[in-house]
Amino acid sequence: MAEYRLTLPLSTEKIKDLHLGDIVYLTGKLFTARDEAHQRLLHTSSDDLPFQIDSLALYHCGPLMKKKEDTWNVIAAGPTTSSRLELFASDILEKFSGLNMIIGKGGMGKDTLSALKNRGVYLSYTGGAAALAADQINQVIDVFWLDELGMAEAIWIFEVTSFGPLVVGMDAHGHSLFHKE
Amino acid sequence: MDEEQIVQALVDLIFKAETKLPTDVLQALIKAEKKETGIAKIQLQTMIKNAKIAAETKRPICQDTGVQTFFITVGEDFHSVGKLKSMIKKAVKQATESIPLRPNTFDVFTKENHKDNIGAYIPAITWDFTDGSDVIITAVPKGGGSENMSKLVMLKPGVGLQGVKDFVVETMIQAGGNPCPPTVVGLGVGGGADLAMKLGKFALLRPVGHRHPDKKIAQLEEDLIRDINQSGIGPMGLGGKTTVLDVHVEHAPRHPASLPVGLVVQCWADRRATMILHNDGSYEVK
Repeated sequence: MAEYRLTLPLSTEKIKDLHLGDIVYLTGKLFTARDEAHQRLLHTSSDDLPFQIDSLALYHCGPLMKKKEDTWNVIAAGPTTSSRLELFASDILEKFSGLNMIIGKGGMGKDTLSALKNRGVYLSYTGGAAALAADQINQVIDVFWLDELGMAEAIWIFEVTSFGPLVVGMDAHGHSLFHKE
Repeated sequence: MDEEQIVQALVDLIFKAETKLPTDVLQALIKAEKKETGIAKIQLQTMIKNAKIAAETKRPICQDTGVQTFFITVGEDFHSVGKLKSMIKKAVKQATESIPLRPNTFDVFTKENHKDNIGAYIPAITWDFTDGSDVIITAVPKGGGSENMSKLVMLKPGVGLQGVKDFVVETMIQAGGNPCPPTVVGLGVGGGADLAMKLGKFALLRPVGHRHPDKKIAQLEEDLIRDINQSGIGPMGLGGKTTVLDVHVEHAPRHPASLPVGLVVQCWADRRATMILHNDGSYEVK
């Protein structure tokens, strides 16, 4: 298992260099999305979306945030269970062709695995490691759909530094740590 | 008795449960970390590191601060029994702001978020009564990821204990990495459908590493720990020797026609804290 320190966005070539069990630390921008945000992303035309998805990594996370004066602070922001998002993942990957990195916990199903083939990876963050994850987020860049969806379901854009350890749980070559081959 | 002071004590209790992993759980993670190698070891190291950061920076261990859940044993001579429920609701509301807690109470039909972690039947409180005048309150904030893997089965009594074991092992293998393993499993056997699940929750109150005093039940617990860990699912489902930290079994007599089994899954962040409230309003948070 190799260890990488990577800066987002990653080229398809770089994505294909990642293999099952590799350890990754990411620097760059992530957007959070859970069940409600996934549905809304699918039902909103790409032109009407308030932000560009393609250069960001998707983070399955419903963070605990606190607003101090006008600034949002991240209190705790570990990953949420990815298998819930299996319902939407292949549609999301089809709609957003530049999306090549999903971060979550617990693994995903066969549909996601095949949708990731030749283009993307699934990275596993340690579930519950929320205080640690929060400390690796150095800026809250923006938040969308907060009023409608609430804190945990809104889309938050985070800038992270050395975010990890992340484990390559599904690679772009059709392999998965969560499925017996 | 100063009501505000007791509400503050309850906020302290929730704070402790949310930010400080119980020593028995931390010790079990450290022990498991020593046994593992590779990715599994990294997962456990990350969990231990996170627990340390949360305690030091006084922040919740997990962003899923759970559904606020309390188990309360009231001494029959405690004078303010009638006020306890409203004080707990007040404390949950205050704790949501002050700790803070993530607003985790969604209306099933409107999807509206109550924002204060209060709603019908929530916080979830289980009451029991005993002699004396002390009140023992245990806070168990329960996360959604692990709760989603909990299960009830009404087995045919003919399948016997082996049927119970098979159900538990299969369920935990199916759960895979979803409930944030290494988990703690609370198993309720007997009673009825509701009681079996409740017994499963009661079972989680016992510290990790403590066996049931009845030897044959202790043996069942050990067998289940061994069999689940042989699955190789490992920490976060990424492979390894440690899939459960512990299995606790509680039981009640069953109806002759029924063999209910309630399986409650708790994530590695097996959060709980207990306080003793005395009749004069003084208290200790343990």
